[in-house]
Amino acid sequence: MTATIERGAATAPVTSPAPVKKPTRKRPRGFLSSSNGKKVVMAVTGAVMVTFLILHMLGNLKIFISKESFNEYAHALRTLLEPLLPYRTVLTIVEVVLVASVVLHMWAAISLARRAHSARPVKYVAKKSQANGYATHIMRLGGVTILLFLIWHLLDLTFGVVNPKGFDSSPADRMIAGFDPSRWWVAIIYFAAVVMVGLHLRHGVWSAFQTLGWANRDRNKGLRLGAGLLSAVLVVGFLSPPLAIMFGVVQ
Amino acid sequence: MSFLEMLDVLNERLILEGDDPIAFDHDCREGICGMCGMVINGVAHGEQRATTTCQLHMRHFEDNATITIEPWRAAPFPVVKDLVVDRSAFDRIIQAGGFVSVPAGSAPDAHSIPVRKEDADAAFDAATCIGCGACVAACPNGSASLFTAAKITHLSLLPQGQPERLSRAKAMVDQMDAEGFGGCTNTGECTAVCPKGIPLDTIAQMNTDYLKANAK
Amino acid sequence: MKFTEGSEIRDTRAPEGPIEDRWEKRKFAAKLVNPANKRKLNVIVVGTGLAGGSAAATLGELGYNVKSFCYQDTPRRAHSIAAQGGINAAKNYRGDGDSIYRLFYDTVKGGDFRARESNVYRLAQVSVNIIDQAVAQGVPFAREYGGLLDTRSFGGAQVSRTFYARGQTGQQLLLGAYQALERQVAAGTVEMFTRHEMLDLIVADGRARGIIVRDMVTGEIERHTADAVVLASGGYGNVFFLSTNAKGCNTTAIWRAHERGAYFANPCYTQIHPTCIPVSGEYQSKLTLMSESLRNDGRVWVPLRKGDERAPGDIPDDERDYYLERIYPAFGNLVPRDIASRAAKNVCDEGRGVGPGGLGVYLDFRDAINRLGRDAVEKKYGNLFEMYERITGENPYDVPMRIYPAVHYTMGGLWVDYDLQSTIPGLFVIGEANFSDHGANRLGASALMQGLADGYFVLPTTLGDYLAAGPFGEVDEQAVAEAELKVRSKIDRLLAVNGTRTPDSFHRELGKLMWDYCGMERTEESLRKALDRIPELRKEFWENVKVSGTAEELNQVLEKAGRVADFFDLAELMCLDALVRSESCGGHFRAESQDSEGEALRDDESFAHVSAWEYSPDGEPVLHKEPLEYEYVKMTQRSYK
Repeated sequence: MTATIERGAATAPVTSPAPVKKPTRKRPRGFLSSSNGKKVVMAVTGAVMVTFLILHMLGNLKIFISKESFNEYAHALRTLLEPLLPYRTVLTIVEVVLVASVVLHMWAAISLARRAHSARPVKYVAKKSQANGYATHIMRLGGVTILLFLIWHLLDLTFGVVNPKGFDSSPADRMIAGFDPSRWWVAIIYFAAVVMVGLHLRHGVWSAFQTLGWANRDRNKGLRLGAGLLSAVLVVGFLSPPLAIMFGVVQ
Repeated sequence: MSFLEMLDVLNERLILEGDDPIAFDHDCREGICGMCGMVINGVAHGEQRATTTCQLHMRHFEDNATITIEPWRAAPFPVVKDLVVDRSAFDRIIQAGGFVSVPAGSAPDAHSIPVRKEDADAAFDAATCIGCGACVAACPNGSASLFTAAKITHLSLLPQGQPERLSRAKAMVDQMDAEGFGGCTNTGECTAVCPKGIPLDTIAQMNTDYLKANAK
Repeated sequence: MKFTEGSEIRDTRAPEGPIEDRWEKRKFAAKLVNPANKRKLNVIVVGTGLAGGSAAATLGELGYNVKSFCYQDTPRRAHSIAAQGGINAAKNYRGDGDSIYRLFYDTVKGGDFRARESNVYRLAQVSVNIIDQAVAQGVPFAREYGGLLDTRSFGGAQVSRTFYARGQTGQQLLLGAYQALERQVAAGTVEMFTRHEMLDLIVADGRARGIIVRDMVTGEIERHTADAVVLASGGYGNVFFLSTNAKGCNTTAIWRAHERGAYFANPCYTQIHPTCIPVSGEYQSKLTLMSESLRNDGRVWVPLRKGDERAPGDIPDDERDYYLERIYPAFGNLVPRDIASRAAKNVCDEGRGVGPGGLGVYLDFRDAINRLGRDAVEKKYGNLFEMYERITGENPYDVPMRIYPAVHYTMGGLWVDYDLQSTIPGLFVIGEANFSDHGANRLGASALMQGLADGYFVLPTTLGDYLAAGPFGEVDEQAVAEAELKVRSKIDRLLAVNGTRTPDSFHRELGKLMWDYCGMERTEESLRKALDRIPELRKEFWENVKVSGTAEELNQVLEKAGRVADFFDLAELMCLDALVRSESCGGHFRAESQDSEGEALRDDESFAHVSAWEYSPDGEPVLHKEPLEYEYVKMTQRSYK
């Protein structure tokens, strides 16, 4: 029998004189400093954002009814519960909640990622995923992609900074101008981002149920299917207006 | 020839050549003690599913193949030597609450509390964890959630585990954090390499109990 | 090898009177330790299997200061974890006529009348509490749809008294004990020392007062003193190299205690388990057991004709020899372990064995599959079939399994009295490490029962009786220093040889020798051969072993070498014991002592005793006999025909 053996350097700290006996970290002080607490933050803020996305998508679809309907909807968002409350109160509250959700979601993601990083200071030389690596790669990469897109998206369609029609135009005009075939690259960014959102949610929605402890053996299949369906619906729902604009169905 | 027997042969040669043999943990060599464990070609316990390293056989490898073997890599599992790591963090997680407090001799008759067969079976499925640490090794976050959840679930599903159920979940999860393990992101890498196939929904059970404990 | 015969030895602790009252009496007579004093009493427990783990946990719970040692990286790895079948208990939940007395009777008979009645009766009594304790701990035993515990019959018993947790009963019970132990670690009553190997016993002023251990990570030699020492270090089946024991199982702890004065009882009693996966090649490092339950539906056979090379499926029924059914029509494939093992050996010796080297017999499920359907068979045995396929690469649904006997358990061990105390005061021995309850043959599902009975219930009482006189004060420094020096010099000697053979190669050779000459069948000639050969091999070992590395690091070669060195000495005593016991009983079969049909023939006139060996440094052990008297169970010849 022949064999060659190549021994790598001791890539991990070779403990001398005795292995670490005491835990290296302190016990978490509060719920939010525990890894589970952070996961709950992710799940809850994620749920808020998913709810928003569903409403947002439904709003977008109004473009198929008519430009006016879409503009009315956009206007109604600002005048909701008026005159009971001053102009834009509800929208502002929603925006604050959304911003807070995004920030908290990111905070939790970053601190979990940092935790993960320090839990494995030495990487594997060879590593092969056994669960097809989907969640591992999609979630963090996807999160960052979505964040970048979000910034662009707000600049484009909310604030109109990078939109050809500018801030003074109506929302429907901005949308239609934004996805003008001449701006094909915007569409590509948008498509990529929406697909990424879908992939992110396919795992994220199920994961939230798991984190909140609502998944179990009997429900898992249904939950995974539901998460997949919801993601698919969102992707289709978000992609159909720009596609319609680009192909001239909506003008 | 089993994988560990291959290492035996290699070590015999190394010893005679005056080299240091490769240190690796192993004991029962029948897949139940949980002592062996190495990452083989990037997969904890090798690519055969539901198999410990000691149950892996060389017939699954091609002749003249190069095999990369690494230890479990995680900060809470410091490397002692070569492929030997210190997994005492697992013991401390159990110490935090992975038990039912019942002094010897104080137990009521075994038939005084019936247990639904379904519950007993599900508890057993979780209880088969051998504490090998493959879940940690495979987890991209270096999380010990599957290990911790397996014990929490085992005891949560049985009537005997109820009185300490919530305090147990809280103490064990907090200890897991204190040891420096990463958080769970539900990637499923752990259950895919678990030699005993501990299901991922044990983690949901752990999360439920932990949330309830914190809500109190 | 020469020996001398010393004075008779007696168990002075077992109370007199009706057998069912003896344990009660002993418990009541045992002195109690004031709770405040318990904290001042230190106890060392070596080994964390069912016996050691449960003992350390219970002693800690009672308030003693406990130090627990194991060579593995965590106490949960001890080899009790590998026990598959189940645990016996005289609960009579089935109402099928079981009782404490019947379990007692079956165990004494199964042990071929070489165990003490008092001990066995107590074991049967306590068995009931074990199940209660385990269930309360959350051990997930198999249950029926009504929510009550399921039981099955096992190992030839006619009642259904075996509780089980699928094929992993040992694992679940051990984890129960492990969790109880960790609870005490957290409570601060037990200090845990993992990756520590006991290398000597400290005996001072005639009492066991501590141990010398090696920290297997740093190589440091440490002294630990205490008021009592409990050994729960398991059996010595690895003297055969190939066995179903874990690779790390060794005799060092009990052997070195033996060298310090603890008598070694019945070392020749070895249990050979009939259903193991046969050896497949020269690199084989261990053998794997397949649960005995397979024999409930599988049929054992070999070809009728010698050297029949045909594939098993091509051999028609009339050219097959279902030899167990043929020789033992009443019990058929369900005869006890020792009998099934020897029958397999006999047909292989006739040249009718199958598989590589002709060392195997078929265990065929063809008829069961035809009768019950593949699904039913899969439901019952699926995990075992899978395990078999994983190891052999053969699918037992299509091709019959091949099995062969393998060393599984050692009934012998350090001699203890009713209190589980050895001949060294303050040294208690529990579980497989002692010799007490199984006689010459252990019944299936009884090992778990004994380990837990000792650890949870018996030892905590009897140890208290001993410790009531403590604490025993400072330990004589000289005794500690002497023990440490002995350990260090042994290590230095091993490292200094620097020869050309590895410890493993010696171990393999010793194991083969023991298997050939002191295995399933022993003759005067074979034993004498072994007794000639072992000293030669041991001499070569000490002149030619190669131990790489140093003593001040994790050095698995050094660990191995130390264990092999002790196996040599133990092997010699085993062969001597087997030679002196010229009768056949249970797992000890002397070819000279068989009846006209080839069955084991006991010689109760000459051998109804325990052979307790006293170590002698000049190499001439002293044999002390403990007579065995049977008041309740009449000694009969076992018959399974």
